[in-house]
Amino acid sequence: MDERRAPRRGVSPRLWLAGGWLLLALLAAIFAPLVAPQDPLAQDLMLERLPPFWLDGAEPGYWLGTDSLGRDLLSRLIFGGRIAFIVAFAAAIATCLVGSTLGLISGYFGGWADRIISRIVDVWMAFPPVLFAILLVAVLGTGLSSVIIAIAVIDWTRFCRVIRAETMGQSRMDYVENARIAGYGRIGIMLREVLPNVVPSIVALLSLEMGIAVIVEAILSFVNLSISTDDPTWGGIIAEGRISIHQAWWVLVFPLITLILTVLSFSQFGEALKTRFDPVLR
Amino acid sequence: MLLQRFLIRLLTMLVTLFGVAVVVFVVIRVAPGDPIAMMLPPGATDADIARLRALYGLDKTIVQQFFIWLSGVVRGDFGTSISLRQDVLSLVFNRLPATLELAIVALLMAVAIGGTTAILGARERGTAVEAGIDIASGAALSIPDFLWGLVLILLFGVLVPIFDISGRVSPQLDLPFFTQFYLAESILRLRFDLTWDLLKHMLMPAVALALPLAAIISQLLKQSLKEVLDLDYVVLARVKGFSETQVILREALKNAALPTLTLVGVQFTFLIGGTVIVERLFSYEGLGNMAIDAVINRDLPLIQGIVLVFALLFVLINLTVDMMYALLNPRLRHG
Repeated sequence: MDERRAPRRGVSPRLWLAGGWLLLALLAAIFAPLVAPQDPLAQDLMLERLPPFWLDGAEPGYWLGTDSLGRDLLSRLIFGGRIAFIVAFAAAIATCLVGSTLGLISGYFGGWADRIISRIVDVWMAFPPVLFAILLVAVLGTGLSSVIIAIAVIDWTRFCRVIRAETMGQSRMDYVENARIAGYGRIGIMLREVLPNVVPSIVALLSLEMGIAVIVEAILSFVNLSISTDDPTWGGIIAEGRISIHQAWWVLVFPLITLILTVLSFSQFGEALKTRFDPVLR
Repeated sequence: MLLQRFLIRLLTMLVTLFGVAVVVFVVIRVAPGDPIAMMLPPGATDADIARLRALYGLDKTIVQQFFIWLSGVVRGDFGTSISLRQDVLSLVFNRLPATLELAIVALLMAVAIGGTTAILGARERGTAVEAGIDIASGAALSIPDFLWGLVLILLFGVLVPIFDISGRVSPQLDLPFFTQFYLAESILRLRFDLTWDLLKHMLMPAVALALPLAAIISQLLKQSLKEVLDLDYVVLARVKGFSETQVILREALKNAALPTLTLVGVQFTFLIGGTVIVERLFSYEGLGNMAIDAVINRDLPLIQGIVLVFALLFVLINLTVDMMYALLNPRLRHG
């Protein structure tokens, strides 16, 4: 049991690294116009496919090189981070609101509400998620809000399933029965007594969902269905990198590293929160 | 008991499929953008557009369109693709084998990698080997198939170009196949030159799909193995003089595998869902790649057909796993 208690005593170095990376990327995204060395949209065919700074032929000021239109890669990554973080936060919160609400209702009230919601979850689980997301964005029209809505519409089941199970467990506890005897109404008990006890799971899932949202956004912009094609996105840069992979590998490598670090950091956070709040592991 | 369980599952399966059909039908019909306008050359008259709309049944109400489509689907008629102007069902059946072969190869790889690392980790429990396996499986699980695909493209397509990074088979080859199950047919007909070419194309997308599932199998199976290894009958086998590897393979694995099996079923459907973007990434000519093109071209009948086939695949896998679990679990079998 001792090694399971370890994360509680101090924050592990892995968590520090994850937090450090996310903070760095977030600050860079917020202050993008100040920190980006170049205009992310400026094309210059004289500067096309410049390699990163440590290779021969690199130009000062273009640290990570340029793409096939001569646009600065580092600046595009920094500005792409804006879209990534907006989608991560907005989509995760939207997904959480829809999924947790339905999960709470389904788990607490049971009966018909539970049967109907569970049946809808079954239907949703029978869709291939990526295809569903692509279809939704195609229907809603490209744009930031479409991407966010699409993620919430496909992924709410993740919250719903977990929160439903947690709520069911909580509802059988003595304190819920006591509150009922004390004369509290059902909705009051659900919101004031049960909800606070499932919040830890919600917070842990939120962090995981942010990582998922970043990936879904990248996939959507990879197939050119995210936001307008002018704005740089991590997935859009990856799509360019995939095409020019034999001429300019760095256009694929750097956004890929950025995405992997971001996703790993979000999942590290989620895992750490889960262990910290889980009464069994604690 | 088992039959009753099977029939109930079959019924819920049909309800789920009906739900999927309704959702996808409604979603694509609220789409702005006229698929008919995209088919016709500029300068087509209103009469041309109206005639074509009537041809594809788009002039009727949504409810009418749904039941016309559904009654067709029940008879095996999924309509005609708007962008490719071919029968949807035959288009889907042409591409489905490629996706199935990819998914099954990926599943086998996931079971092999996950199983081996689980057994190794359980044998070397408490050592640096187990810790290493835990870190590797943690990373494999956190990074999704899309990113694994890109990493593999860079490593084995560009840095050390030993595999092909696009397509299903080298285009210059003459293919003598009767079916679309190229890999299976090449093995059955002993054309191992073609098998090798197919595998060179399939290996990287399959590994990308397999890694997250391998990690899940590894973690769960290792956990159940470690629990079983402390039980009396296993201790007895050890006392009898069997080596630790023999104890795991002959005694523990059988009893530890059941919880993993249920999970693999659900996770296999996630893997199949992942083929959509991974096929795109590797330009692999499967169902998922065609689905993305269908969405981009607003090819309504084709999208509907593909989504429904995916959904059918998912519920069939869940049904199979459920039945296997009931057959293998003695408590349910006699319950």
